[in-house]
Amino acid sequence: MTTTSYGPLSIWAVVIVVGLLTFVIRYSFIYLLGWVDGMPPRLERALRFVPAAVLAALVAPSLVDPGPSVTATLLDPRLLAGVVAGVVAWTTENMFATLAAGMVTFWAITFLL
Amino acid sequence: MFDVPDDLRAGVRAAAPLLLGVTPFGLVAGVAAVEAGLSPAQAVGLSVVVFAGASQLAAIDLLARDASLAVVVLTAVVINLRMSMYSASIAPYFESFRRRWEMVCAYLLTDLSYALAIAKFTEGEERGSSEAGEGPGVDGVTDRRWYYLGAAGAIWAVWQAATLAGVVLGAGVPESWGVSFAVPLVFLSMLVSELSDRPRAVAALVGGSVAVVGSGWPLNLGLLGGALAGVVAGVAADGRVA
Repeated sequence: MTTTSYGPLSIWAVVIVVGLLTFVIRYSFIYLLGWVDGMPPRLERALRFVPAAVLAALVAPSLVDPGPSVTATLLDPRLLAGVVAGVVAWTTENMFATLAAGMVTFWAITFLL
Repeated sequence: MFDVPDDLRAGVRAAAPLLLGVTPFGLVAGVAAVEAGLSPAQAVGLSVVVFAGASQLAAIDLLARDASLAVVVLTAVVINLRMSMYSASIAPYFESFRRRWEMVCAYLLTDLSYALAIAKFTEGEERGSSEAGEGPGVDGVTDRRWYYLGAAGAIWAVWQAATLAGVVLGAGVPESWGVSFAVPLVFLSMLVSELSDRPRAVAALVGGSVAVVGSGWPLNLGLLGGALAGVVAGVAADGRVA
């Protein structure tokens, strides 16, 4: 990972603004109860897909880096380690096991091969 | 009357098995923050002020890549939007709390604390359903506030401790180990547990594909575009099934 060029002021601003907005999200309906009946059903339906969509959008570019050829793209250590970690995540549903399997595979490919 | 510390302890006990999952996640959040160039105080501050792991890791990742601050904030907030669902769902159970306790409980609201609390509260409701009236009323089975504070407080404490440990460890881990690869692995682990049905799988597939195609777009628009496309695809797939 590269290092950020932002100074302390910018970083603290991000911390505080994200923290405040996250609190507003968490507190929203707890605060509003009595004025509103809860969330509009259509909005609630859409929000159910936010975690899967955002997490996939965060993960995929870290694992799939379209290279000069299909083979180069498929043999990227990150993708191979990600596939192993994905299988472990699916079978164990355990974050620690997933992390361990992914990191060990990643190190094995980059350092040993 | 109920014994208050008992319910607090019951909450902590309910959270205990989940703490094993919180620990590596918090460690990664600490290590990644330091590797991205945040100071120890900023890294710990992020965990205390925001207290939402996935959004913290996304913010760290984007800061390290020098994304614009608006994109950093927007992405973190979009990731946390799901918590409005938890807020709406749990609000009736917090209704009898004083304002300041409502705020404390809201601050502590996470995926895990929500899941633990709602399971317990609805179970208590079913047991008490022979009573007259509908909706959550006074619950004789559990003091909700103490139970919630026990479970959510335990998660909070372990998260902060794990972040701190990660900050300390992170300073000593050589860059060449590529420890920051743990960040996408954490996301992957969370993603896999989200893939509980076909519409969610469609949302992930479309979201991930658009993000890969758009990885070179300015302002990290690939990420936001992927997220948006994924949500739209998920809703569309859901509509076809229903």
